[in-house]
Amino acid sequence: MKLVENNLSKHTFTHLDALESESIHIMREVAAECKNPALLFSGGKDSIVMLRLAEKAFRPAKFPFPLVHIDTEHNFPEVIATRDKLAKDLGERLIVRSLEDSIARGTIVIKDESKPRNPFQSVTLLETIAEFGFDACMGGARRDEEKARAKERIFSFRDEFGQWDPKNQRPELWDTYNTRVHAGENIRVFPISNWTETDIWEYIGREKLHIPSIYFAHEREVIRRGGNVIPVSHLVQPKPGEKVEIATVRFRTVGDMTCTAPVESAARTVDEIIAETATTRITERGATRMDDQTSDASMELRKKEGYF
Amino acid sequence: MNTTTQLLRFITAGSVDDGKSTLIGRLLHDSKSIFEDQFSAISKTSEKRGMAAVDLSLLTDGLQAEREQGITIDVAYRYFATPKRKFIIGDTPGHEQYTRNMVTAASTANLVVILIDARKGVLTQTRRHTYLASLVGVPHIVLAVNKMDMVDYAQARFDEIVAEYKAFAAQLNLHDVTFIPLSALNGDMVVDRGDNLDWYQGPALLELLENIEIEHDVNTSDFRFPVQWVCRPQSEKYHDFRGFAGRIEAGEVSVGDEVTVLPSGRTTTVKQIVTYDGNLQTAFAPQSVTLTLADEIDISRGDMLVRSSAHPPQVEKEFEATLCWLSEAPLDKNRKYLVKHTTRTAKALFQRLDYRVDVNTLQQHAADKLQMNEIARVSIKTQQALVFDRYDIDRATGSFIVIDEATNNTVAAGMIA
Repeated sequence: MKLVENNLSKHTFTHLDALESESIHIMREVAAECKNPALLFSGGKDSIVMLRLAEKAFRPAKFPFPLVHIDTEHNFPEVIATRDKLAKDLGERLIVRSLEDSIARGTIVIKDESKPRNPFQSVTLLETIAEFGFDACMGGARRDEEKARAKERIFSFRDEFGQWDPKNQRPELWDTYNTRVHAGENIRVFPISNWTETDIWEYIGREKLHIPSIYFAHEREVIRRGGNVIPVSHLVQPKPGEKVEIATVRFRTVGDMTCTAPVESAARTVDEIIAETATTRITERGATRMDDQTSDASMELRKKEGYF
Repeated sequence: MNTTTQLLRFITAGSVDDGKSTLIGRLLHDSKSIFEDQFSAISKTSEKRGMAAVDLSLLTDGLQAEREQGITIDVAYRYFATPKRKFIIGDTPGHEQYTRNMVTAASTANLVVILIDARKGVLTQTRRHTYLASLVGVPHIVLAVNKMDMVDYAQARFDEIVAEYKAFAAQLNLHDVTFIPLSALNGDMVVDRGDNLDWYQGPALLELLENIEIEHDVNTSDFRFPVQWVCRPQSEKYHDFRGFAGRIEAGEVSVGDEVTVLPSGRTTTVKQIVTYDGNLQTAFAPQSVTLTLADEIDISRGDMLVRSSAHPPQVEKEFEATLCWLSEAPLDKNRKYLVKHTTRTAKALFQRLDYRVDVNTLQQHAADKLQMNEIARVSIKTQQALVFDRYDIDRATGSFIVIDEATNNTVAAGMIA
């Protein structure tokens, strides 16, 4: 094997190196202490960073857990294509469970096809956890995303209903994580809790990660509705009186197509996105997630119901 | 992209009355780390509550329960960056569960900002915050004398507080204390220097946070490597590969170094330092790496590799520690608990409470009980030997958590004496 220079020195151990090492350490704790963990993988940028961190934590071995995606069937096709390609290239097992399965079972009742499905993701996630008996699910959520996330532990204990109790969290000291659960309970683990949106982009650039093309500026049919730019898709069609226009946009997050708004941007490379992120004056979810704008506590309420 | 940006973790200690949330809000606002949608949300709330100016403290109120009750119930983490450094702020509330929350947030911090109200000077809580910071071994302390605007920015008042604090702090083991006069409300000496404190020659708060030296905050001399996970690919290409994955908690290691496996005491040499990005010649704390060794020795999770040197760690089943109790259920000396120390978890008995420390007066009292937010010196006996250093030598190998097996809750934080 070729020996590479450790071009890091104590003086050039950067914030990205520190964050990376912390995340690897967390993933290895999960692998070593949890009986049946899983890594939630959506094909979005944060979970793509999670995959690279898992490679760094476990290669040359295979991942000691499967990848799991809870598919709303409201995803952008580019994201699903990336999800499948990355799982295949890595040779890792990908489990996909769809909200449609829960709808068929009658555990999710959809009233309006064009409405966001994020609130229902928890149902299918909890059913999938029960199906496979997962005791730990790693997710790519970050504390800088949202106020409720800022208060969540890295190892976030959930009761047998998958619920998060913000007032009753386990204290988390040093890097010594309490991973213990009773049968039927579950831990959600967030290895990139301490990363910010900028850190993610810098890491994507540094590691040359392949991400879905819709993160970069492209031309797209959109409509403007209630202050938001909404992508036109088979799920979202213009209402009478609304005008479809072509805009140059990119997505800062890639969630449910019915509630994920792109931002107008000309950034076509990672470096251009980093430059734009450094000067943006709007938070990532504030700019792009219409479902988080409905109330001050939307995310907190969803998490209490079992959302990750 | 600046590739040499460092990460600094700090916490703020003080009550709402000291202007703690305002200070954090000021740091975020003046360093342009507040986003427009966040600012417009807190502007609306301030207006709803009938406030004249935007209340920057609202930025750190996260949960619905907190907003309804106007309190902060837990540790929240905030992030901001300047071109020089990335910062993680652990924001802890200042009410009765203070000890538990501050110890938790301080455990990962490089620095603590202790806030003092210039009108009130050094109070009981200042002593408590300082004691907890020294107990948890936070390497750097900043005493921020806030509300200087309320004492006419008088240097005499600042000097008086500094002298009073130094007299008290002399009895504690503090390494690095900096004193800064400031006004979070007006923004003097937080990010900008302002026009009101010309007599002060030291750094403004952000300037200090950006420049303080943190490279020596971890022990750089004695190699400590708790084995986290054994990497056995069992693939055709790597069928003989047996790597020991973990994070270097202290010191550094090079290919060819002689290392000792503890607690077994067997020695071998480092064959390879494996990473995804290629094999390394040398690695150092806090890098996460995978080591392969020259000899086949039985090594598993919970063992520690150390460089064979003059400063070996201790390998003991009985030791003394300072315990901070975090749980509503008090310590039960008749019960067995679990101690998780580095990557090893062992059953433990807390046989004897030597004394309890009053966090307000630092006085030691005889104790037979230990309740939430209390701190005591205890004697511990574990079922298996632990491999440790004293906490004041190495925070990573000198610390442990205590878990109640019945509830699986984390009930205490321990620092080995």
